Amino acid sequence: MDPGPDRPVTAAPLVRFEGVTKRFGELTAVDGVSLDVAEGEFFALLGPSGCGKTTLMRMLAGFATPDEGRILLNGADIADLPPHRRPSSMMFQTYALFPHLNVEKNIAFGLKQQGWPKDRAAQRVEEMLSLIRLEGLNRRRPDQLSGGQAQRVALARALAPEPKILLLDEPLAALDRKLREETQLELKSIQRRLGLTFMIVTHDQDEAMVVADRIAVMRAGQIAQVGPPRDVYERPTSRYVAEFLGEANLFPDGAGWRLVRPEKMTLSATPQADAIPGEVAEIAYFGDRTRYVVRGGPGRPLLVSRANLGPPLALKVGDKGWVSWDAEAAVTLPS
Amino acid sequence: MRRPWLVAALPYAWLAVFFALPFLLVAKLSLSHTVLAIPPYAPQLDLSKGQAGIAAFVHELGVQAYGRLASDRLYLVAYLSSLKLAAVATAILLVVGYPIAYGMSRFGPGARQALLMAVILPFWTSFLIRIYAWIAILKPAGLLNQALGALRLPPAHLLDTDAAVIIGLVYAYLPFMVLPLHAVLERQDERLIEAAEDLGCTPRQAFWRITVPLSLPGIAAGVLLCFIPMVGEFVIPDLLGGSTTLMLGRTIWTEFFADRDWPMASAVAIVLLATLALPIALFQRQQSKVLG
Repeated sequence: MDPGPDRPVTAAPLVRFEGVTKRFGELTAVDGVSLDVAEGEFFALLGPSGCGKTTLMRMLAGFATPDEGRILLNGADIADLPPHRRPSSMMFQTYALFPHLNVEKNIAFGLKQQGWPKDRAAQRVEEMLSLIRLEGLNRRRPDQLSGGQAQRVALARALAPEPKILLLDEPLAALDRKLREETQLELKSIQRRLGLTFMIVTHDQDEAMVVADRIAVMRAGQIAQVGPPRDVYERPTSRYVAEFLGEANLFPDGAGWRLVRPEKMTLSATPQADAIPGEVAEIAYFGDRTRYVVRGGPGRPLLVSRANLGPPLALKVGDKGWVSWDAEAAVTLPS
Repeated sequence: MRRPWLVAALPYAWLAVFFALPFLLVAKLSLSHTVLAIPPYAPQLDLSKGQAGIAAFVHELGVQAYGRLASDRLYLVAYLSSLKLAAVATAILLVVGYPIAYGMSRFGPGARQALLMAVILPFWTSFLIRIYAWIAILKPAGLLNQALGALRLPPAHLLDTDAAVIIGLVYAYLPFMVLPLHAVLERQDERLIEAAEDLGCTPRQAFWRITVPLSLPGIAAGVLLCFIPMVGEFVIPDLLGGSTTLMLGRTIWTEFFADRDWPMASAVAIVLLATLALPIALFQRQQSKVLG
């Protein structure tokens, strides 16, 4: 599979994966991945479970060793550096807070290890607590924290020793939806304020699009496409990426496919020129938008997403409707 | 459950019959004095005389046995020696048992089951036979000295020494140290170690800063589970120890069977129990903390 043209990085990349491969027995978890992450970037590895995204990140942290290829940090191969000497910090999916240490000691753990003087370490801990807005919870034990608090303490602990790059492994997966959405914005704001490089692993395309400057979509150990969220969403280079990120209407087009996103389609209750007639099979109301499933002709039914700006369409299930879209809304997928 | 009180009462009934009653009997015995008769102690409680009988019985009870216990240095020496041997054996057990339990917890579930089995397997042979086997190993012309001779090393005189008792104690109690340690180490989240290494710990530092503190409940359980019964151990010092090995279990046995001094034996047993009550209480608290 063609990894797709990477955005030209002006400065030398902070992290560079060069043909990195990792096998577990018969299974090739990561298959010849080449990737650059720029300094100060919020980079997302996005893919379904088992696509190799976590393994790729764990190789950067030092918890797994590539079978082939190199990983460069600031241009230097880090193959020989054990995890404790790598300037990266990881935030674990399960947070991995030390249950026998209170919040303050958890956050200070890396500082103590790096030999920070006591007063500077204490000051840094306070800085971190105010960053995550948990001032005063210094002496709480991890089991006395809510899920959201534990998540933020884990973030503070990883950030405290001033890593060159922060690795986030499904950091929000355990939070409920509302908290997750708030935290996504908070993560992004923290990253922007610190100007630090963040690399997040997630299976949630919304999360990747909200937080990341660039997304690498992974499939079966390989990179399917890399680019800013708008690019991978609106100009996917493969059917896989088109379908993994959001909803897609796909039409056969020679050897490949043509893609029209549901929100680019217009549904009308009256006949329109150049519109596809069909029967409304399903109406789902999402508050901000309504999604219609329209069955017209052979092939898969069409998905139409309509922003609820004005009055609703005078359509109910079983009615006839006409679907149309602008020619430039259609994207041709090479594969 | 229709009768919850029945379920709650059962363990108390069990405790009353198998702990409180024997304890009271021994406590009563320790307040008696010896006589040349069967049974070899007085007073006897004669309930047929009613209140007068009980009064006469209580009147005759006394603390002479405890007085002799305090005045005879032999008991103090046996007592301290028991504590010392049990403490040394416990320390060795911890040093030997921790790496075993730690190693086991690093294996996959299949291998771990097999290793657990190997730890428990010796229980399938009679305890006495296993201790007798140590006599065969440690005796002057035993397996150990044959092996040393084959290596042209001087023979070791271990049987009938405190060293042999410690070897026997460590051998016999090893599973009681390994199993509780394994239970806590197996449950430990490997991510915590990764997090520690990610934050700058070498594997060795991560072990001391994370693994060990988090296994403290297991260490406490193993130490108390071994130490408490070892202080009163009788069979191992009797079979492997020499005439100079003084342990309370043996002292109690001697008083009871050789000297037929039942009150004295009971007094020794009561003092032993009283001093072990503290570690036992600690153990209970620890367990309820772990379970709660």
